[in-house]
Amino acid sequence: MTIRRIPPDGTHRSLGLTDDEYGEIVGVLGRPPTDVELAMYSVMWSEHCSYKSSRVHLGRLPTEGRRVIVGPGENAGVVDVGDGIAVAVRIESHNHPSAIEPYQGAATGVGGILRDIFTMGARPIALMDPLFIGSLDDARSRYILDGVVRGISGYGNSVGVPTVGGQITLDPTYKGNPLVNVFCLGLMHADHLVLGRATGVGNLAVLLGSRTGRDGIGGVSVLASAAFGEAGSGSEAAKRPSVQVGDPYEEKRLIEACLQLLDEHLVVGIQDLGGAGLACATSETAARGGLGMDVDVTAVARREPGMSAVEVMTSESQERMLAIVTPEALARVQAVCDRWEVRATVVGRVRERDEDGVGRLRIRDGFDGEVLAEVPAASLADDAPRYRRPIAAPTDLAERRAFDPGLLAAPADCGADLLELLVDPSWIYGQYDHQLFLNTVFAPGAADAALIKCAAPGIEWTGKALALSADANPGWCRIDPRLGTAATVAESALNVACAGGTPIALVNCLNFGNPEHPEVMWQLSEAIDGMAEACTALGIPVVGGNVSLYNASEGVDIDPTPVVAVVGLLDRLDRRPPAIGWVDGDEIVMLGRTVPVLGGSRWARSVRHHVDGELAPLDLSEHARLVELVAWLVAAEAGGEPEAPGLVSGIHDVSDGGLAVALAECAVAAGIGCMLRGVSSHLELFSESPSRVLVATSRAPELVRSAFAAGVEASVIGSVGGDRLVVEGLVDLALEDLLEARQANLSGVLERRAAAS
Amino acid sequence: MSATVAVVCFPGSNCEHDVVRALGTLGAAARVVWHGDDSLGDADAVVLPGGFAHGDYLRPGAIARFSPIMDAVRAFALLGGPVVGICNGFQVLTEAGMLPGALRRNSGLRFVCRTAACTVASSSSVLTAGVPVGTRLALPINHGEGNYTCDAATLASMEEAGQVVLRYDENPNGSVRSIAGVANAAGNVVGLMPHPERASSALIGSADGQILFGALLGSVAVTTS
Repeated sequence: MTIRRIPPDGTHRSLGLTDDEYGEIVGVLGRPPTDVELAMYSVMWSEHCSYKSSRVHLGRLPTEGRRVIVGPGENAGVVDVGDGIAVAVRIESHNHPSAIEPYQGAATGVGGILRDIFTMGARPIALMDPLFIGSLDDARSRYILDGVVRGISGYGNSVGVPTVGGQITLDPTYKGNPLVNVFCLGLMHADHLVLGRATGVGNLAVLLGSRTGRDGIGGVSVLASAAFGEAGSGSEAAKRPSVQVGDPYEEKRLIEACLQLLDEHLVVGIQDLGGAGLACATSETAARGGLGMDVDVTAVARREPGMSAVEVMTSESQERMLAIVTPEALARVQAVCDRWEVRATVVGRVRERDEDGVGRLRIRDGFDGEVLAEVPAASLADDAPRYRRPIAAPTDLAERRAFDPGLLAAPADCGADLLELLVDPSWIYGQYDHQLFLNTVFAPGAADAALIKCAAPGIEWTGKALALSADANPGWCRIDPRLGTAATVAESALNVACAGGTPIALVNCLNFGNPEHPEVMWQLSEAIDGMAEACTALGIPVVGGNVSLYNASEGVDIDPTPVVAVVGLLDRLDRRPPAIGWVDGDEIVMLGRTVPVLGGSRWARSVRHHVDGELAPLDLSEHARLVELVAWLVAAEAGGEPEAPGLVSGIHDVSDGGLAVALAECAVAAGIGCMLRGVSSHLELFSESPSRVLVATSRAPELVRSAFAAGVEASVIGSVGGDRLVVEGLVDLALEDLLEARQANLSGVLERRAAAS
Repeated sequence: MSATVAVVCFPGSNCEHDVVRALGTLGAAARVVWHGDDSLGDADAVVLPGGFAHGDYLRPGAIARFSPIMDAVRAFALLGGPVVGICNGFQVLTEAGMLPGALRRNSGLRFVCRTAACTVASSSSVLTAGVPVGTRLALPINHGEGNYTCDAATLASMEEAGQVVLRYDENPNGSVRSIAGVANAAGNVVGLMPHPERASSALIGSADGQILFGALLGSVAVTTS
């Protein structure tokens, strides 16, 4: 056998590998790597693919639960929801591509997450997109927000999966490095589960979908696993070829073809091609199957002539899947793909382990041709170095915590500050199809969580529903990544409960700065501990996740932004749970108690540009009681008919922006004002202390009694009526003012600026 | 006997299952028919559903009109069979020349997804037969290219003949005269941008779409009895 070798000439450094990592590769192979081998190690051992900085910490998350069918490590987590039905969930980031090329970056983020879901055998039925963009007074941030929203709209709508929720955070910390996360949920018959495994010696590896081009080469390494440099230095433009280009029509046909293949039990294993392309899909399937694989690089259909083996193996061209099929099934696989106009090409064969017991991936120039690469499959997929990077808390932590925003001068006009905090995100979700499949009971903006019927084409509705919420709070996590992350999980669980769901699973996307900075590793480690504490206390298993590091520009790391998405299950959707809002004449009850602390609040951060202080404490056992009470209240006691009002006519959690923003959102949703007495100061009005819910009811004494019986504090804080939002002594605003501010702060800025330019 | 409705699926269609479900709740026997087939079988009515047939590449509907099934749809319509195009299906019908006019990009140049208040403007179509003019309906819209246009003479004659069947109360996309749906002269071919199937139950916001589908199934009963 002849093997082309390259000398250790430093090529590895331009591919993102360190000298030590190069040495390790030589150790694994017992010789210097070939160019194809080096390229494959560089993408598979990138931070993005290997989690080399985070993996030693991720093991602390609780991942088991009675409903968990597949936990972290596969393409998606899978959770049993009963009736023989399971949900597949995953969240991912497409931050760096979106910073460089917003439309394609966001679009291909959607495409990638969909493939992670349908590769499990699940039909994707819901997307959510948490977005974090710089403030809108910055022209580039406006350009990025516009492009990202168009990209999600252009791809998601066309591919036929509704976007039912999301989150928008506008904050200067994301100016040079926006975050675009995307969550997807799919529904499947539990017994249709298929994993990404290459089993059965002699089986064929069939590449489905798009031809392979030169787009996205090095996407996971040079792009996703490095920070951005100086703005305007041209380095961002130079990275643009590493961004992939999406084709939603190809993906739509790929979804239908793959689901049909899986329905007909024609594949033994299947894996999507995402980051690191064919190198990843072939090595991961072979490693999981514990076997070897021969790949004929010349069999791969290409978009253009002259592509090298390195380019073919590391291209991140979109809309491709690798299916492992038996030789007998090949003809039928080909027929299904022909119907959907999907290209299907045999590019590899599963082979036995070598005599030394190692399953090797061989890349060949023709099935019997020259060997271009020959590496242990597991060494690519699983054996990347793991770093226990230095961790250090910020040296000025004590000072920062002592600098409390509660000490700032009180606002001259709390109403004016409130108006600054209001945002109407309908400009964003109004561009997304959020209705397809006739499942959407709570559309975006209607409630604290999206609520969708648990049904899909081919999966009959059995009366259940799913509540979905994606949450993050960089303000809290900057101050205290551990408590801030725990509070984020707590809020997400409470959001789901407010829509009637009992939390059953969580996925996370950990967006942090440069892991080579000890402070960033401290943030990451603290956040993971906080998440583990909250998930354990609330009984929510973590079934999947994604880590995005190197979110930094001009040497400055973003504030830590762990995003969590919680899935809740509502067993019976007989009567609609109440949405955000209230009914004229209702009383307003607050469940929980306000702690007058402003650290991490949006008031401090957005209005006063103050990012320090301390967070209010979180009592997780108290929070667990609240979540349970709320899910029961809205599910069992939901209102409906005017002649027989339920116990709860409207519900909204208190979080971002505090009591003031929660009241404003209820008032706007209902078109009816309110009157509160006894709110002592702006601290109480804008505090974001956790574990609080506003409930509107016509039966306040009964509600308060139910709360006390469940061990939850409750008090009547005001009444509903009129056309003004009044908090005695602090706020007195007309509803039109609220509406106008909500509109002006997002769509108003974008339309006005667009008109001016 | 329940009506049989053929719901055509092009590659890239995505509302076919939803239409089948909504018609099913009204008692119709609706089934998906593949665009590559050349027969509609025993269908009493045809629906071209929403989505992005052929990815909307070139222009929405511009490629779909060449699909083999479209010859059968044309022949079916010529014999007076009810044909309804929803959203992308409406775009296919205009591209195929089965309805007058064309659908351009929304005037705001953005995709729009929300519930729109609409008013029935004519009862002279298979989709609005028996539904009084002036009936207000809450119907979801979901499109980037729903800006209906046609030349002035066509518009005048369509208005005159009652071929404008549905209008938006507030124009969301720049359509001439706020047109949301039109019919051919015979009234058996109808295209509309709003999605009746997405208004098939109060649980998802509105059940008003069932009024239109009910009228369609009623028209079938009339034409086949």
